[in-house]
Amino acid sequence: MTTGDATKTLSGALLEGLRHSSWQSRLAVAVVALMLALLLVQAVQDPGQFTSQLLIGLTNGAIIALIALGYTLVYGIIELINFAHGDNFMIGSFVGLTVLSGTLFGLGLFAPISGDSGTIIKVAGVLIALVVAMAACGLLNVGIERIAYKPLRNSPRLAVLITAIGMSFILQNVGLVWKGPAQVPFPDLISSANILPGDAIVFRWKDLFVLAVTIPLLVGLSYFIKNTKQGKAMRAVAQDKEAAAMVGINVNRTISVTFLLGGILAGASGVMYGLFNGITVFNVGFTQGLYAFTAAVLGGIGNLSGAVVGGLLIGIIGSMADQYVGVRWTSIVIFAVLVLVLVFRPTGLLGDRSATQGGGSGRA
Amino acid sequence: MRGVALKRFALPAVLITLAFLFPLLDDGLGLGLMFPIIVIAVYVMLALGLNIVIGFAGLLDLGFVAFYALGAYVMGWLASSHFNQVSFSFLSTAQSLSGGARPGIHISFWIVLLVAGAFTALCGVLIGAPTLRLRGDYLAIVTLGFGEIIPRFFQNGDNLGGFNLTNGTVGIKSIDSPGIPFLPESLSSWQRFGTLDLNPWYYTILVLVLITIFVNIRLRDSRLGRAWVSVREDETAAAAMGINPVTTKLWAYALGAVFGGIAGAFYGAFIKSIFPTSFSFNISILILCMVILGGMGNIYGVILGAIALQGINFYLLPQINGWVHAIGDALGSPLLSGADIPKYNFFIFGIILVLMMLLRPEGIIPNRQRQEELHDDSTGGDALGGTARA
Repeated sequence: MTTGDATKTLSGALLEGLRHSSWQSRLAVAVVALMLALLLVQAVQDPGQFTSQLLIGLTNGAIIALIALGYTLVYGIIELINFAHGDNFMIGSFVGLTVLSGTLFGLGLFAPISGDSGTIIKVAGVLIALVVAMAACGLLNVGIERIAYKPLRNSPRLAVLITAIGMSFILQNVGLVWKGPAQVPFPDLISSANILPGDAIVFRWKDLFVLAVTIPLLVGLSYFIKNTKQGKAMRAVAQDKEAAAMVGINVNRTISVTFLLGGILAGASGVMYGLFNGITVFNVGFTQGLYAFTAAVLGGIGNLSGAVVGGLLIGIIGSMADQYVGVRWTSIVIFAVLVLVLVFRPTGLLGDRSATQGGGSGRA
Repeated sequence: MRGVALKRFALPAVLITLAFLFPLLDDGLGLGLMFPIIVIAVYVMLALGLNIVIGFAGLLDLGFVAFYALGAYVMGWLASSHFNQVSFSFLSTAQSLSGGARPGIHISFWIVLLVAGAFTALCGVLIGAPTLRLRGDYLAIVTLGFGEIIPRFFQNGDNLGGFNLTNGTVGIKSIDSPGIPFLPESLSSWQRFGTLDLNPWYYTILVLVLITIFVNIRLRDSRLGRAWVSVREDETAAAAMGINPVTTKLWAYALGAVFGGIAGAFYGAFIKSIFPTSFSFNISILILCMVILGGMGNIYGVILGAIALQGINFYLLPQINGWVHAIGDALGSPLLSGADIPKYNFFIFGIILVLMMLLRPEGIIPNRQRQEELHDDSTGGDALGGTARA
């Protein structure tokens, strides 16, 4: 009996919801449902390919999610779209490449690590590259905040955004001078062989590597924000800067820590992107950054789990578009998602910040 | 009274006269600057269009290049042999080599200019209507999204269900030259604008720029202009006074788009071939940089910003490149003597954006009202230059 009642109230609530929904949201639901139905048809026709594509999407999504977390952390705390964040990611991949080729600061510290090196050297090299890139990007992000954003704390929001765009171009040109205008190859350190037996479903060692780096980082970030004193301070500053300052939280230091965290994640993401795709280029940060921003908005900007969900979704949408629409349309599909989400649901899937009103409670 | 009139009319009159006499000067001194000057004038027009959106209405538009691209493609579609399935000609001065009917659509340049303006205004309204409700920084990203989608669409538009709309990365080539057909034989360079005599092109873009300036000034001082100021400064208060913020912003967006589109159409006809890669995000940022460097909302400032930045692009960077090469040769450094400085121009523009925002957000020649808004340190506002709402 109780289950029957529950179903009844649930269906009643659904009907009520439908009645109150606007035509836009009905249309949006219809479009999403249509897309899912089309994907389902593809999944039934060739389940192996569909599953492989889904797994590639998840891996790409994990890389995007790490960048998206940087956008969302910074937005959550000072309501700035840190436009230079994507280029920070690019710098991360360049630092990783430089470490792997053994030419950091022009010092021939060790021989270039390539696909022929021993397993231990490969693992150590990748770990060192990750750590150095994370440290470099974290510090770079803090430096950018100190130089370019901090003096504008009380300026109009768009003034800071313009500064961020300027920083983005500066970083991009640093990359251009550093590695030149062409795509630079990454050493092929991680096997592209399939882990799973058979050819039906492809899940490569590369995909496993990305997940094996991403998941500990996400757990660590979550622990830091939920359980440490500094994490608590971050949440407090995000809610209300003035009140946080009143109870003795060092607001400037907290903001710096936020930028540090975002930079660390971007650095890790940059090295993984290079190892995963085998190439990097000076303007990779623009597209990847926009994808990540789309992910952050899709999940609800300022919302950490939203950024991860959004990143995975964007990764899957991208890989599905690669497979079923055509690679050259993928970026259009993702930018269309960006525009549509901002227009129809600016708060994102899980978000709680209003995009059409005067912003969160952070600003008095 | 006379002093005011002198100040108000004498300086513009002198500048306009100089602008009209420039081709004689260029010819007399053999400067060979006509081509860069025409391109600079196109950018002055674009910057003035963006000034309506950013300077007057306080909306940050990061995808202004979309309108420039749309205008150029309208010119490509309506005045070239691209659509060779049909043959249609209307008041066009373009002539066929064989004397027969030319394939493609060939409509008079002057009509296409107007069509391009109208088409981009329509696109501006279509893009703006659903998005202008958004808060400033979200709006900026949406415009950036459109600015990315439109050139990529042009790039992929060579096979839309089998129909070749944009000819992909190859772009649309051999766009018709404009001309004034009713003139006597002695003015043959005006009958059909050529590539040897650039004067007709120069005077055309000069007149277009003057029209743009005139419209900018009249808009600034109009009821709509005052509505833009009020929405920029405090949207809630403006709405309470009976101004519809969305309609007001939509006007700014559409009017800015008109000038972007007309400039794009002129540029398409002038360059004669258009590619999707010439409409990248960098162009949006370059135009933004012009408006911010010169001074948001100040018409003289924006013109100065456009001339200064394109001057850096065309003149200063090649000069510096030469110096660096000379130093490199003297020192025997292959790194310096082979450096390609103009490639790094956006490094300079990035620094300009950061430094201007940090040190002088109101620009070189500020608009007094914007200056006060930008230096009001109470709390961060929403629009560019607006003060905070409680």
